[in-house]
Amino acid sequence: MKTTDTPPPAGAVEPRPVVAKKDDSAPAVKKSGGVLNVFSHGVLVIWAVLVVLPLLWAVMTSFKDDRSIFTSPWSLPDTLHFDNWSRAWTQAHMSDYFLNTVLVVAGSLAGTLLLSSMAAYVLARFEFPGNRFIYYLFVGGMSFPVILALVPLFYVMNNLGLLNSIHGLILVYIAYSLPFSVFFLTAFFRTLPTSVAEAAIIDGASHTRTFFQVMLPMAKPGLISVGIFNFLGQWNQYLLPTVLNTDPDHKVLSQGLVQLAVSQGYKGDWSGLFAGLVMAMLPVLAAYIIFQRQVVAGLTAGALK
Amino acid sequence: MQHGKYRFIVGFLVVPLAMYALFVIWPFIQSIYYSFTDWTGLSPDFTMVGFGNYTRMLDDDTFWSSLQHSLTFALLLPVVVLGLALFFAFMLNVGGRRRKGAAVAGVRGSSFYKIVYFFPQVLSIAIVALLFQFAYNPNSGAINSALGAVGLDSVQPEWLGDPDLALWCVMAVLVWSQVGFFVVLFSAGMASIPKDFYEAALLDGASRVTTFFRITLPLLWDTVQSGWVYMGILALGAESFAVVQIMTVGPGGPADSTNVLILFVYQKAFRDGQAAYATTIGVALLVVTLAFSAIVMRLGRRERLEF
Repeated sequence: MKTTDTPPPAGAVEPRPVVAKKDDSAPAVKKSGGVLNVFSHGVLVIWAVLVVLPLLWAVMTSFKDDRSIFTSPWSLPDTLHFDNWSRAWTQAHMSDYFLNTVLVVAGSLAGTLLLSSMAAYVLARFEFPGNRFIYYLFVGGMSFPVILALVPLFYVMNNLGLLNSIHGLILVYIAYSLPFSVFFLTAFFRTLPTSVAEAAIIDGASHTRTFFQVMLPMAKPGLISVGIFNFLGQWNQYLLPTVLNTDPDHKVLSQGLVQLAVSQGYKGDWSGLFAGLVMAMLPVLAAYIIFQRQVVAGLTAGALK
Repeated sequence: MQHGKYRFIVGFLVVPLAMYALFVIWPFIQSIYYSFTDWTGLSPDFTMVGFGNYTRMLDDDTFWSSLQHSLTFALLLPVVVLGLALFFAFMLNVGGRRRKGAAVAGVRGSSFYKIVYFFPQVLSIAIVALLFQFAYNPNSGAINSALGAVGLDSVQPEWLGDPDLALWCVMAVLVWSQVGFFVVLFSAGMASIPKDFYEAALLDGASRVTTFFRITLPLLWDTVQSGWVYMGILALGAESFAVVQIMTVGPGGPADSTNVLILFVYQKAFRDGQAAYATTIGVALLVVTLAFSAIVMRLGRRERLEF
């Protein structure tokens, strides 16, 4: 497709029509670029404002008292009401919700990474009857509506005594994270060179040892992508805990906040609720800004495959 | 080495497969079976009723309106979200002021825009829904008071309280939360398209709009198509559940004007004690989801362009 070698010619190519028609085309070209530039900046700024404004509004509102939230939603807070935050943290159980979420996500993320990399490694590297069948069984789970399984799952969990428990939720999170993780990691293990693992086997390492000491360290970039993807998915999970975890003591963040919003309808502590919302928002946003490159790579990796 | 291989394979697969079978596959199969029974979910007893639930579903007005809303989501949301995202990504990549030597250039600060646009993607959809529920509040919400501030005191819609508007309000929130992801995704794809293509086209007198439709879109088509399927599944699934359940009155109201299939399943199973009927609606949702993916993959099939 390449017609010219770019470096100096590209600059030289442009002015050529200018030489031919001195007056009109040079300003016209320049102008069209300029108009487009102003237009694109305009459009892009508008969307950026639309994205940021609701978030800033929430932060601002979390520092106001209840009365001014209702009477003047856009005015700046008269004084910074930090008591909203402490009230949300203690009285509104935000601290419990945080703790539950951390426990659930820590357990399920570790389990997801371990189990999906084990399954993916075997599916990617070993030939055995049923390999393709198992692979498509996992991958097929990505396009099915989860809610269809949730109705019977509720009763399966109930019979196993796992309903409304942290460990039950961890197991379910892992199971529902497997399809994408296995799919992604299988593709990833296929791209790794086989020679290193073969060398390890010849040196007398068992398959298990080869996996943990040779292959897993080599698969680190893939594990990071899958880890970030699952971390956000599990941290932000709403549907699964809403159905399977209705015990008030075990609520996770997103679910707890909604619960809080419903109960505030009676208590009227809106400022506390906004403080809770912002409290739940900020850690994820901060983590995103710090690990921006990795997060974007992790989340878009799946869609690009 | 060979005899240890199968032990290793079984040892590594047994736990993930068992969990997947127990928590995902088995409930799916049960679900389809239950849709032919009169199981309430409250007691363990049930009898087979054949297609009773299915005929009941076809006579259920709420089912039809939920189906209609779900289809609206699945058809409209991908178009709006992907369209906006393609537009913004194109602006980011070729909207820049012409610099020395380059025919097309990204706008200044494009990485800043990408960071900001991606914000909603990392937030829980539940938090986003809560936030906008307050923003939409007709009396004290951010939107109506902003309208009042710019002199539109007479235009104070009820937003989520208005049956004609509520569905659009909910969709707007989904658009808000999803566009950024696709901007970043498409932008990465556009950055990998060689600049000479644009140079050659612009030199031949093509306008920017033409370069978008003739160069950018065809070369990005695979990504757009998988984004389309992804967005559609999302619009039928958990994301639409969260926004409708959290934001609308009822939920699903006012007057069932925002109910979607996934929420209807949830209500029937866990509010009304009609588990069998809920699984029937779930099967309908499964059919819609699979049909959607199949149609998009089919319609979108094009010759793959290598570059």
